[in-house]
Parts: sequence; structure tokens; C-alpha cells
Amino acid sequence: MQSKDRKEASVSAQRPVLEVHHLSKSYGDVTAMSDVNLHVGTGELVALIGPSGAGKSTLLRCINRMIDASSGEVVFEDVDVQRLGRQDLRRVRTKIGMIFQHYNLVYRLTVIENVLHGRLGYMRGLGGIVGRYSELDKARAVEIIRRLGLLEQIYKRCDALSGGQKQRVGIARALIQDPQIILCDEPIASLDPSTAKVIMDYLRTISAELGIAVLVSLHQVDVAVKYADRILGMNAGRIVFDGAPAALTRDTIYEIYDKDAGELVLD
Amino acid sequence: MSSIDLAADSTLDVFRSRRRQMTLVLLAIAVVVGASSVLTQFSYRTAAISVPKAVGWLVTNIIPDGKALEKLPQIVSKLLQTIVVSVMATVFATVFAFAFAILGSNTTRPHPAFSLAARAVGSLFRNIPVVAWAMVLLMSFGQSQLTGLLALFFATFGFLVRSFLETIDETSRSSVEALHAAGASWLQTVFQAVLPSVLPQVLSWMLYMVETNIRDATLVGILTGTGIGFTFDLYYNALNYRAAGLVVVSLVVVVLLIENVSNLIRRVIL
Repeated sequence: MQSKDRKEASVSAQRPVLEVHHLSKSYGDVTAMSDVNLHVGTGELVALIGPSGAGKSTLLRCINRMIDASSGEVVFEDVDVQRLGRQDLRRVRTKIGMIFQHYNLVYRLTVIENVLHGRLGYMRGLGGIVGRYSELDKARAVEIIRRLGLLEQIYKRCDALSGGQKQRVGIARALIQDPQIILCDEPIASLDPSTAKVIMDYLRTISAELGIAVLVSLHQVDVAVKYADRILGMNAGRIVFDGAPAALTRDTIYEIYDKDAGELVLD
Repeated sequence: MSSIDLAADSTLDVFRSRRRQMTLVLLAIAVVVGASSVLTQFSYRTAAISVPKAVGWLVTNIIPDGKALEKLPQIVSKLLQTIVVSVMATVFATVFAFAFAILGSNTTRPHPAFSLAARAVGSLFRNIPVVAWAMVLLMSFGQSQLTGLLALFFATFGFLVRSFLETIDETSRSSVEALHAAGASWLQTVFQAVLPSVLPQVLSWMLYMVETNIRDATLVGILTGTGIGFTFDLYYNALNYRAAGLVVVSLVVVVLLIENVSNLIRRVIL
């Protein structure tokens, strides 16, 4: 707990890695997200909670522009991501890792091949197209795979792995990008509780020891409270709570999840 | 208690309406069959009598004999020609269809406009049957191997564009998203995520089309005057039914052989 306090102090002293100002997204008449403001600091683990359809996925995907926002700005490395051209966007995306609920691996390829995909953003020309990775990249991939406890599976095809192992491959692929921040879209929603704990522990380690910011959307409030430095609560496309886990009261949970569902969440 | 009764009643209603549907469907089929046999003056009695007669004729006239077997080398060489044309048409069609599918698939299209164009082209080529292609091409290319090859190519191309579009969308959407998010370029994504994911299915579709095309090539050959189809036509018109029968038998053998080989390949790659 003491180390956590110390880290929070250091986080607030630094400039945030990511800032989002007045970000909105609408599809025709339907508003998916409106006037979202947030910031994430170096090495900070921020949990994004809220009911299904609150706009969590939309928010995460607007940050690395997998979806183009309707208005507002996303400031990363002193530039507004919204305004970047194709090449600059590629460069920025190499610095933003992403982890998915359904892992999004190429299942017919081996673990190490999937991990090395994280280096493609840095490669130019034919080498990247045919996948000729440098020896340095390969050595780093092996090291990261070892750290995630997948060394035995390194040459196995990913369709032969368990859900937890697949998600660890997803984490490895994000880590080899040397990211400043990792966006995680419901990373544990398809996993059983014990596997989910392993994955959350890795995310905790990544933010605390490697100093990489982690923005993770979650369904489980208790997991968010346990792991996050800070919690963002989202409802109907708006951020309705932004504060420390300790500040998350019964009333705020009701506000995030609506009254009826809130009771279930609290049980 | 009353709520349980209600549930039971409504379930019964579901079963009753299902039965009514079934009866109506069967009745409709019976009416259509009856009406069409009246319209075409189809007599079930005559049909029933003529079947054994036809079988008897086949057995006595079409079973290849020693003299027909002398034609075997000729037949085999024409058969090989047909196989080569079918394989060539399929391989070319696969390459072109894959390029179109990459440009047109919702997952990998460079721009939404490509999607519409690829789908339109694919649909146009698919909906013209191979025989119609052969007839149209006959006018401009005359009776030649090329006509048959092109007819098979066009029909196969149309079919494969559609199949590949679906395969790409089904198998690689999620990994394409991940690679784009990691900053990979379009070409990198196509070669590193899409290609490895879809390759087995693409090959499987290609093998299926090789089988189909060998069958279709026979029909096309009759029109274009090439390959095994023409050989059959020749013997048939010369009333040499036993040689024509040998053509049919060897065709069946080849199709079965190809089917088994491609099943074997499928087992290895899938």
C-alpha cells in the first residue's frame, strides 16, 4: 500500500502520457460518447468501468483511431492524434499497445510469430511484408515470452493454447511494441476468475515495474477496485466518475450502473 | 398453479401451429407436382414402364467392349487435355479472385468503393453460367482450347470472389484489427494476418473448383469442340455408343480420383 501511495505522488508530478479533451462520437443521430475528458499518467493503471453499451470500447478505439471521433482531441506525445496523416498515425500507434477481449491473434501462426507482429509498425518495405524480423527483435520476443511464462509454448500454434495463454500472447505482442500506454478492451471478460487474476497481475506488473500506462476497461467493479490506481466510471457515453478506488461509494456505483443493476454489482 | 397451466397451453399452441404449417407445406408441394404433371402431360405409368427398358438398352449397348477399349489411349490423352485446362483455369481464377477479394472484403478493403465494385464484378461473373460463357466466347474466339479455358476461368472467378470475400471476413477480421492497432501497414496486414489465416480455406476452395471444372469442362468441350467433351460427342454422333460409354466410365474414374486426392490434401492443410 505504501508503494502505491508513493507511486501516485510521482504520477501526479509528471505530465500525463495521454490526455483526452471533449471527445465525442456519434453515429448519425445516435451518440456513443459525448464530451469525454481524461488523462492517464506514466505507469498509472486506470480502470474504465460501466455497463455494456456505455461507450467504453468506443472510447478506447477513438484513442488509437481505430474509430475516428466526431469531435474533440486526443493528445499523445504532444500531438493531437485526430489530426495525424497515415504515416504519422502508424508511428503513434506503435507507441500504443492494444489488448482485446477475444485476443485477436492469427491463430494459425505460432506464439513467437504472433508476438513479433508487434514489431511490424517499426518496419518498412519488403522486410515487414514477408516478416523478416531482425535477430534483435527475435531475441527480445523470446525474452518477453519467457517473462510471460510461455517459453514451452513458443513454437506452438495459437489455436492450441488456452484462453489465458492466448491473452498472454496478446500482452507480449503489445509489450514488444515498446509502448508508452497499453489500451485493454475487456481483457478478462472471456476468462475464468483464476486466469483473470493472472492476467490482471501481469497488467499490474507492467504498469508498476515497466512504467507503462495501462487503461483497461472492465466489467467487474471488485477487480477494478483491487487493481486500479484510479477508476473512471462511464454511463451513456459520459464519464460520470473519475477518482481513486477508495472514493467509489455506493451512490457513485448506482450512478455508473443505474439503480437496479447497481444493487447486483454491489452483491 | 394458474401460471403453469398458462405455460402448458401456450406450448400446445406452438405445436398446433407447427403441425398446421407442416400440413400446408405438404399440401402445396402436392398441388405443384400434380399441376405440373398435368401441364406437361407427364404419365407416371409410361415413365415407370420405360425405366427398365432404358436400363436394359444401356446394359446391352453402352457397356464398353474390346473394340471400344482400343480407343482408350486416345480417350486418355483427351482426358489429360481437359484436366490441364481445368486446372489452369482454376489456378488463374484463384489468383485473380483472391486479389479482388482482398480489395473488396469489408476487413481489408482500402476504400469502401472497392467493396461495391468487387462485389458487383464477382456477382456478374458468377451469375452467368459456364455454358453461357462458352457460347458468348465462341462467337469471338471460335472453337478452340482458349474459349473453353476462358469460359471456365470466368465462371470460376465469379464463384471464388464470393467465397473468398466471406472467408476473409470470417477468419481474419479480429487479427487485422490488432495489427492495424499496432501500426502495421496495409500490405503487412494482408501478408502477415490475412494470408496465413485464409490460405487453407483458399486452397480448399481451389481444389473444389478443380473438381467442378473437370465436370463442367466436359460440357464446355462439347460446345467448343475440344477435350474429352468433344471426344464423347464424336463417338456419340457416330453411333459408337460403346466408345462413348468408355468416355463416361473414364471420366467418372478421373473425377473420383481427383476428389480423393483433394480430400487427402485438405486433410493435411486444414
